[in-house]
Amino acid sequence: MLPVPTPSEKAKPDMGVRFENVSKSFGPVDVLKNVSAHMPSGMTTCIIGPSGSGKSTLLRCTNLLERPEQGRIFIEDAEITAPGVNIDALRVRVGMVFQHFHLFAHLSVIENVALALRKVRQMPKEAAEAKAAEHIAAIGLKGFENRRPAELSGGQQQRVAIARALAMEPKVMLFDEATSALDPELVKGVLGIMRELALGGMTMLVVTHEMRFAREVAGQVIFMDQGKIVETGPPAQLFDAPQTPRLRHFLDQVL
Amino acid sequence: MLQGFQRIGETFFDPQIIAGVLPELLRVGLPNTLLLAVIATMIGLALGLVIAAGLLAKQAGLRFGCRVYVDLLRGLPHILTVYLIGQGLPLAGLSIFGANTYAYAAFAIGLIESAYMAEIFRAGFQGVERGQVEAARTLGMTRFQTMIEIILPQGIRRVLPPLTGQFILIIKGTALVYLLGLTAAQRDIFSIAQDNSVNNANLSALTAAGLLYLALTVPLTHAVNAWERRMQRGSRPTPKAVA
Ligand SMILES: Nc1ncnc2c1ncn2[C@@H]1O[C@H](COP(=O)(O)OP(=O)(O)OP(=O)(O)O)[C@@H](O)[C@H]1O
Ligand SMILES: [Mg+2]
Repeated sequence: MLPVPTPSEKAKPDMGVRFENVSKSFGPVDVLKNVSAHMPSGMTTCIIGPSGSGKSTLLRCTNLLERPEQGRIFIEDAEITAPGVNIDALRVRVGMVFQHFHLFAHLSVIENVALALRKVRQMPKEAAEAKAAEHIAAIGLKGFENRRPAELSGGQQQRVAIARALAMEPKVMLFDEATSALDPELVKGVLGIMRELALGGMTMLVVTHEMRFAREVAGQVIFMDQGKIVETGPPAQLFDAPQTPRLRHFLDQVL
Repeated sequence: MLQGFQRIGETFFDPQIIAGVLPELLRVGLPNTLLLAVIATMIGLALGLVIAAGLLAKQAGLRFGCRVYVDLLRGLPHILTVYLIGQGLPLAGLSIFGANTYAYAAFAIGLIESAYMAEIFRAGFQGVERGQVEAARTLGMTRFQTMIEIILPQGIRRVLPPLTGQFILIIKGTALVYLLGLTAAQRDIFSIAQDNSVNNANLSALTAAGLLYLALTVPLTHAVNAWERRMQRGSRPTPKAVA
């Protein structure tokens, strides 16, 4: 069990993401059971665990796509689960990348990236598209600005989805199995971008089955099973010296 | 045998009768049919959109009410609904359109169509990938912005072909105004042909009317099919996982 953070710890600035006794259920299914965790800022935290263990739900609680029934979640010094929090303003600070990309199918690449800049950041069209173009170039898709999502490979779509999230200049990035839907030869490009982001000091929560990526890039790894955090620690500790039979069993299966 | 064919030819394909009724079908019947179809479509679209919003509403009571409305209007024979509204409203003292049967007919058909169109809208808008809605919300867009920027543009593309298909059904459905009795100038294609065939004791006028309906509906049907094929090629959804 993780120690429950004391109030004094909560007051520290620049503290990343913090879960305090968070529980979430869908009907009769308890998906998160009293989860407490700290994902420090400027660090990549990889979340691993078997299917159905609650990894996606943990991420989705971090930007309130799901609302936990109990417990509190902090992003830096702000409690996002406090009553009356402006959810839309909060979500601008948290970018998310999905397994299935979810690009806006009716918009071109540049419009996908520029839309929220215009509608949420209220930038004028030219400025938004100029900024979008920079982010598209940064993920290596210069020249693809006017393509539709359907005209891109899965890897290219996922890179655009990353650019779309980054353009909003989030403080935290969430990745939910960002490479699981990709053909093997396309995985590398997306992981490369994620690695670059991590090295650049972005605070990232990454749900992944890519154990090599977790070992190399993560500052911290969280192993979840059946709605609970079973082990937390630096990758070397979790991968080389697992403390629990459950993690050992999981690693035997995936490595 | 030969005599049988001759009788069929005389009853359905008398060239003189067809030539005689055709000018009136084109001059009076065609505009009335199209006008009726367009008015009913506009009523159907406006009401259908509202009902569809109700079908997708969060409030269970609202959803239930709209569901009952749709089920009733789709479940009743159209002929019955047209009678009930076209004759029922004036009888009940609700002569909202005076003695203008044409208007009652347009209203009744519009109501019926609103139920079908509500279902088309609901299916089309529900079909917009839930993940895209989540992606938009994740970027900080409000519910309303997501509706305007993501759901509406994609939903409209999805509903246009089925709505056009529904318009074809409405063109044919306008023949029901005959039930309510129309003044000579208000008559639609079917009414003119029906009156003519009663007067001449010959069905050739109905054949002419049939050809006219086909001239309207067949090209539209093919246009919709081509459109749907093009849309399927154009906006493939993002690929799903292999697992
Ligand atoms: N919207 C929902 N409604 C009902 N049950 C849900 C919902 N979302 C998730 N669940 C259930 O919650 C449990 C945990 O789901 P979650 O998606 O968080 O797991 P996961 O660890 O991400 O699994 P995977 O590796 O397969 O993605 C599962 O049993 C799942 O069926
Ligand atoms: Mg998941």
